[in-house]
Amino acid sequence: MTAVLRAADLHHSFGITPALRGVDLAVGEGEIVAIMGPSGSGKSTLLHCLAGILRPDRGEVRFAGRRIDDLGEHERTVLRRERFGFLFQFGQLVPELPAVENVALPLLLGGRRRSDAVAEADGWFERLGLDDLQGRRPGELSGGEAQRVALARALVTAPAVLFADEPTGSLDSLAGERVMDLLVDTARTAGTTVVLVTHEPRIAAYAGREVVVRDGRCTSPVGAL
Amino acid sequence: MSTSFTLLGLLEPAPSHGYELKRAFDVRFGGDKPLPFGQVYATLGRLERDGRAIVVGTEAGEGPERKRYAITEQGVTDLERWLAEPEVPAPHLQTVLFAKVVLALRSGRDAHRFLDAQRAAHLARMRQLTELRRSSPLTQALLADYALFHIEADLRWLELTAARIDDLAAQVAS
Repeated sequence: MTAVLRAADLHHSFGITPALRGVDLAVGEGEIVAIMGPSGSGKSTLLHCLAGILRPDRGEVRFAGRRIDDLGEHERTVLRRERFGFLFQFGQLVPELPAVENVALPLLLGGRRRSDAVAEADGWFERLGLDDLQGRRPGELSGGEAQRVALARALVTAPAVLFADEPTGSLDSLAGERVMDLLVDTARTAGTTVVLVTHEPRIAAYAGREVVVRDGRCTSPVGAL
Repeated sequence: MSTSFTLLGLLEPAPSHGYELKRAFDVRFGGDKPLPFGQVYATLGRLERDGRAIVVGTEAGEGPERKRYAITEQGVTDLERWLAEPEVPAPHLQTVLFAKVVLALRSGRDAHRFLDAQRAAHLARMRQLTELRRSSPLTQALLADYALFHIEADLRWLELTAARIDDLAAQVAS
């Protein structure tokens, strides 16, 4: 298996508080990896460094063999928009826009024609069990529906890597299960790599393997890649 | 729980009599169910037979002679292996998981190593059950859910114990 993401000796601090203290990690193409650890262990910081949201203080991150931690802000923004998808605990949908336009947003930001983008976004509603909800605004959706819309928005650009940070944290068990079932099914079908941050064992159990972060270091195998 | 390995773990720091071992066991692990004397002596006999413990002396007391046991090299090796080996995830593991953590800490071994190995074993089982649940009809999926929730409860206990390991080490040592 080829490593699509590779981090070496990552260090990052917030002020004088170290969050990462030398993390090595390799994630294979199409792999679903759960990053686990207690609150404050550095797992979200690791995800943000891998996804080019944060620049590590030391060490390097490579995506598809190319170093990304030293890219400029604009290049990282383009990379995140075109190659990565994001799903957070709260969907962070735009409240003023109907669901279908929320899903179409990354395509529009990438320069796609509006009619094309909306048509493509529309196709995701049936796949994710969201029939007839295209016109609803986020405030008119249940928590589980909103998170599935956010999942569609994360996947609409066919990203190489989906980064999910506590994606079911605000949902009840059943709604969380539905989101995870769909996330795993669509990722496996499309061959999308998934990096999943969670403190919930039941969610981590959807991944092919887990990496445990404690005190800013990985305590489990980093991936034999 | 493996009474045999737990007694061996209690015997490891220094030679001891059956009575002292029973008391130590009851205080640490007995809860409301003290270990019967008969089981202590039978277990010590088996440990001796298997080469894990030897009699290093006898003392005359008011009752029958008291044998003093010590752990052997073989006993340390076997104990080490037992401590390092994760338990197969199944219901009602709490006593053996607890015993392994306490005995590891008492002997200055790395309890995190055991907790990490056990977490990995639990998550591997949860992965199997999650796949089973996702590919099964609802009746079977519900049974898998039942097992998943029970294993998850153990895992939460493992996480909490890992977070409290320094405090626990201080208490166990005192």
